[in-house]
Amino acid sequence: MTLVLDIVLSGLVLGGMYALIALGFTVQYGIARIMNLSYGELLVAAAFAALYLYSGMAVNPVIGLIVVVPASFAANWLLYQVVLTPLVKRAKNQGMLEVDSILGTFGILFVIQGVMLLTFGGTLQSYSYLSVPVHILGTTLALNRILALLFAVIIGGGLYLLLTRTRYGTALRAIAVNPDAAPLSGINVHSASALAFGAGGAIVGAGGVLISMFLTFSAAMGVTFTMKALIVVIMGGVGNMLGALTAGLLLGISETAVARLVDPGLTIAVTYALFLSVLLWRPTGLFGRPVR
Amino acid sequence: MRRIRPANFGMFVAAATMGLSLCGLAQAQESIKIGWAISKTGPFAAGAGVTTLPNYQVWVKDVNDAGGIMLKSLGKKLKVEVIEYDDRSNSEEMIKAVERLATQDKVDFILPPWSTGMNLAAAPIFNKLGYPQLAVTANTNQAPELTKRWPNLTFWLGLPSEIVDGIVETFTKLEKDGKVNKKVAMIAVGDQFGIELSTATRAGLKKAGFDLVYDKSYPFGTQDMQPVLKDAQAANPDILLAFSYPPDTFAITDTSKVIGFNPKVFFVGVGTAFPMYKSKFAGNAEAIMGIGGSDASLEGIKWYIQHHKEIIGREPDRWASPVTYASLQVLQQAIERVGKIDRAAVINEINSGSFDTIIGKVKLDNGLNRNVWAIGQWQGNDFYGVAPAGKQGAKAPVVPKPAWQ
Repeated sequence: MTLVLDIVLSGLVLGGMYALIALGFTVQYGIARIMNLSYGELLVAAAFAALYLYSGMAVNPVIGLIVVVPASFAANWLLYQVVLTPLVKRAKNQGMLEVDSILGTFGILFVIQGVMLLTFGGTLQSYSYLSVPVHILGTTLALNRILALLFAVIIGGGLYLLLTRTRYGTALRAIAVNPDAAPLSGINVHSASALAFGAGGAIVGAGGVLISMFLTFSAAMGVTFTMKALIVVIMGGVGNMLGALTAGLLLGISETAVARLVDPGLTIAVTYALFLSVLLWRPTGLFGRPVR
Repeated sequence: MRRIRPANFGMFVAAATMGLSLCGLAQAQESIKIGWAISKTGPFAAGAGVTTLPNYQVWVKDVNDAGGIMLKSLGKKLKVEVIEYDDRSNSEEMIKAVERLATQDKVDFILPPWSTGMNLAAAPIFNKLGYPQLAVTANTNQAPELTKRWPNLTFWLGLPSEIVDGIVETFTKLEKDGKVNKKVAMIAVGDQFGIELSTATRAGLKKAGFDLVYDKSYPFGTQDMQPVLKDAQAANPDILLAFSYPPDTFAITDTSKVIGFNPKVFFVGVGTAFPMYKSKFAGNAEAIMGIGGSDASLEGIKWYIQHHKEIIGREPDRWASPVTYASLQVLQQAIERVGKIDRAAVINEINSGSFDTIIGKVKLDNGLNRNVWAIGQWQGNDFYGVAPAGKQGAKAPVVPKPAWQ
């Protein structure tokens, strides 16, 4: 019993990190319709910002969120306005926008990476913050990882409520479903999309700051985060907050269970096995609806 | 065909004369051109940025601040001019860049890339072009065969088998002295580095009568070590042995601290010798063992650590960094002894000469540097070599490791 509890709790904490990484991606992809391949780089950039604030100016990362999150929102909003808007305007359909945005953000990936390399160098970065044990139901967990899980639940749950219970949320969902018809109901698709992309950026900012407390990162590591986010988002259903949350937690628990009960060498295998079976069983993701 | 107008012809002559005079300048050598292709971007950038590139920069600055490298044949010192390419962590790019350095940039010497794989990939082309290759960051059991095949190639970090021998010897001695029992938990990253070292160590430890109570590998890139460490902890070993890469090395240490896993011997892989390890874990790094080490009581090492910090802004790692700098000192001394740009003679001198460096006296043995540590341990503010125990300056290992703070 203690082993089961131990697996579930450690798995939830690991999954919380996956969900946190994926939430911003699903907002940007699901609502603003941009598959952002530079997502991982933006995450690492936020992690660097947290490190800089912490080691350079002695600002603790939790306070650092107050600076990094709005800055990341602004940077992403600008990115959408300046770089991505021309792609959105000339795209004749969703497929074309997807191809263009993948290519465009693939280029942005290298720009952000290059700037980070020039500023911080290519070395690994790591610091410790809130790496203190917390005892819950007989299991010991690190406080910084619990914090990441809490943020994931709050952001995921909050966005879900915002999207389903508010007027503005309904407008955003309308854009996600049919960007061509949405203006007919008086929705400003352009400004709402830019705002959604920026909101995704705010989440990636929060994610970057939180994971920097316990993960070692370097300027070159962004793509591993993009891959993880992509898997979680596609498993959960594109644009679905609860889906990303559930898929992230599910991945965390199954990885932990396999590592404890079978072999730690199989954690990546179980990730892809789960991903594959979800795709076979529900091609639009756990919470995704069939194409309308 | 268009006829050349006299005015244009005049300009052509002027240009040609200028070109000729430039050639003349180039022939009277004004500088020693040294090139390198190194991973400044991509997955290898982190390693190259810790160990290799900073030492190249420090060395070039030191040489130029001292007026340059003395060439007897010219009777003067020549400054070093650097040509650098980014290989983007791609071996094909690296090979192209090395060829370009030799054939187009016509550099006098080429410094090696970072990592075992890159250096092995570069070996044939360095040999074909006739440049000495001081492959410091390469660690392979094939080294003795390779130096026989390619005399321009030299190795500096010892052999992986020597690391394994150092581990088995140290643990055996600790067990005989009654400081630890025979229970060992071993974890290793699931790639060539982790598998090779763990396979050899497993065999060595079993032969020495140790009991591997936990023995698993985890995928490359894993930073969530809690499941592995919980099971290792449950097996109640006296020794934890991890063949890990820097991110996992940090995660293993951090998670062990959080879950209160404190075996008497705590041995982690690459990254333990990084100054970042000490700054991240501070007092908690005490008595933690890892690959590498240095003899911090040597004057040369003391000077080097301080000097590196002044120029680069941070301390060097304590495994390959001092050896990298020492290899460059050897290169410089070999060039000065030969007294001219004669690469074959320089290769010969590197292999046969004896050199004074920051790590002490270096004399290669069949192309291999034997003046190197297998295992080190954080004791106070430095990562001291503890094995091979017979090497001059070896410290006695501190066991048991103190409790986490």
